[in-house]
Amino acid sequence: MGDMIKGNIAIAEAAVRAGIKLYAGYPITPSTEIMEYLSKRLPEVGASFVQAESELAGINMVMGAAACGVRALTASSGPGISLKQEGISCISDEELACVVINVVRYGNGLGTLYSAQCDYHRETRGGGNGDYRCIVLCPGSIQEAVDLMATAYELAEKYRIVTVMMTEGALGQMMEPCELPDFIEPKKHPWGFDGKYTYKKIGIFDRNSMDEAVELNKKHEAIKAEEQRWEEEGLEDADYVFVAFGLPGRSVQGAVKELRAEGHKVGFIRPITTWPFPEKAFENVNKDVKGLISVEANATGQLIDDVALTIKKVIKDRNVPTFCLPCVYGIPSMKFTKEGLHKIISGEIKEAY
Amino acid sequence: MDVITVKEERCKECGLCIAHCPNEALSFSDRLNSAGYKPVQVDDAKCIKCGICYTMCPDGVYEISHNGESGGED
Amino acid sequence: MAKARKVPAIIDNPMSFCPGCGHGIVIRLIAECLEELEQDQNLIFALGVGCSSLLGGGLVTDRLHCPHGRASAVATGMKRVQPENTIVAYQGDGDAYSIGIAETINAAYRNENFTMVAINNTNYGMTGGQMSWTTMPGQVTTTSPLGRDCEITGNPLKFPELVASQFDVAFAARGAVTSPKNINKLKKYIKNGLEAQINGEGYSVIEVLSPCPTNWKLSPLNSMKRIEEELIPYYPLGVFKERKEN
Repeated sequence: MGDMIKGNIAIAEAAVRAGIKLYAGYPITPSTEIMEYLSKRLPEVGASFVQAESELAGINMVMGAAACGVRALTASSGPGISLKQEGISCISDEELACVVINVVRYGNGLGTLYSAQCDYHRETRGGGNGDYRCIVLCPGSIQEAVDLMATAYELAEKYRIVTVMMTEGALGQMMEPCELPDFIEPKKHPWGFDGKYTYKKIGIFDRNSMDEAVELNKKHEAIKAEEQRWEEEGLEDADYVFVAFGLPGRSVQGAVKELRAEGHKVGFIRPITTWPFPEKAFENVNKDVKGLISVEANATGQLIDDVALTIKKVIKDRNVPTFCLPCVYGIPSMKFTKEGLHKIISGEIKEAY
Repeated sequence: MDVITVKEERCKECGLCIAHCPNEALSFSDRLNSAGYKPVQVDDAKCIKCGICYTMCPDGVYEISHNGESGGED
Repeated sequence: MAKARKVPAIIDNPMSFCPGCGHGIVIRLIAECLEELEQDQNLIFALGVGCSSLLGGGLVTDRLHCPHGRASAVATGMKRVQPENTIVAYQGDGDAYSIGIAETINAAYRNENFTMVAINNTNYGMTGGQMSWTTMPGQVTTTSPLGRDCEITGNPLKFPELVASQFDVAFAARGAVTSPKNINKLKKYIKNGLEAQINGEGYSVIEVLSPCPTNWKLSPLNSMKRIEEELIPYYPLGVFKERKEN
């Protein structure tokens, strides 16, 4: 077991070890330690750190570096990620690869400093203007976040897509024991600019959107087929299946263990990728399941939409009720989840779909 | 011997070259290029191959070469 | 013997600019300088949004079509990871000075080691001639139909003067494409800017007073006349920040 380390610091160091050549960003709580750490660390390994004048500039600097075929990173939270959507949409459009970390905080507009999962819809639906998706990784622990950092780049580069590492304020701020990964020296990608116009498919002004749409859908289908990641337990005989990701996912895991011990047939799916959504996990769900329950740190229920849509694809002969337990912000306690189940069974909480 | 070449297809009939030609060697022709412009034409008897037309042209219509060889500063 | 003149290979394509537009002259000068400095095969353009986007169809070089106004941020990212490449941000006045003023000015503020060429034609050309931050007092545009009222819109921005006076940049100049004489001077400015970058001296900016006959509703020749008579008195030509070693 490794040393105790703060989430944001561990993630930043994992990015260094994944071989990033540039970080550009703007401070915002609760993500700031990532850039503070990298301001010292990147020069030590011969990489560039830029304190950008804004979130917009930060993501556009990342776009410039990504166009050169090297690994580049930016991190932010809530409203900062809103500002970055312009760049993320353009990076997606040019099919460049980069990683964006969103250390999610709660609220609309400027929001609050509470840990949350309220950006689920934005991250999993692309986020900016247009018609694209980002691969979204949702670690449930610092160790998992660190282990996913190199994966985030590998996926981004394999599919030439943006990978969003969606953590939560609490994950960024808390400490856990963590083993850091080894250093990687990634190769510059052949499609990156070299000044010699070797690769001719970036920066094209006249585009064929019809042909590109076919390719885009092929790419999305390949990602959905190959890259779903999740953790599951107790699905085969479950009356109720909880679905939760990130830190709430971890809390639900504990609640399920206790509920099982108390005699309730419950299971859980913890999506690690929320796009692609782990539809394959739902194929393992008991066909006689009484309901699926999302537990999520937002007010209105977002993950519940994907849960409802997915179970509809898997169990077609009837409508499986889906319920939502939104805790607004923070990490739901095991008690919250257990009480939620009792309220669902008693009919106090009605189905969402 | 210096040679001036005109890429008629690129000409947009802006007239900047004609206005700055020091020897009145340039004029619009009566032909139309495929974009519908009347491209410039050179009066070889008047042209001194000074290159001012090349300098003023926004559309890369002109090329001036020595003995058929082109390019670069002399 | 006269000089041999041939459009550089990286730009030797038909361009879709309007008749009499200055963009074609400026990009040819940049390409000539890059060729003479042996940088034409070591080159990345960060292209702005607006008429500068039209270069994307004619340039035979690495180039990225940047989000509107962000070319200087994109160029920063490129230069930081590939300092051996020559990076040129090519933007219009609307892109560089209005929507992108933050990115533009902050690149200059950091003395970021790349070259920006800003085409100042005193309006937003691509969208049909709206007022820009460089529109002249009283100038009629589609969003200043009674003429620009500087009382409520501010005064035309002089970017090279601003960075030269406030920031520690390597080179700042303004040229124009109105005559062979001015074009030759402009080429010297562009070359100086690129040389500053190649030598690692820092940020260089060359603003170009350039005609927009279509939106000015003037002939190409009268557009050049307007620059000489109206713009140059307000936007003086010359070097505002000399390179240190020169």
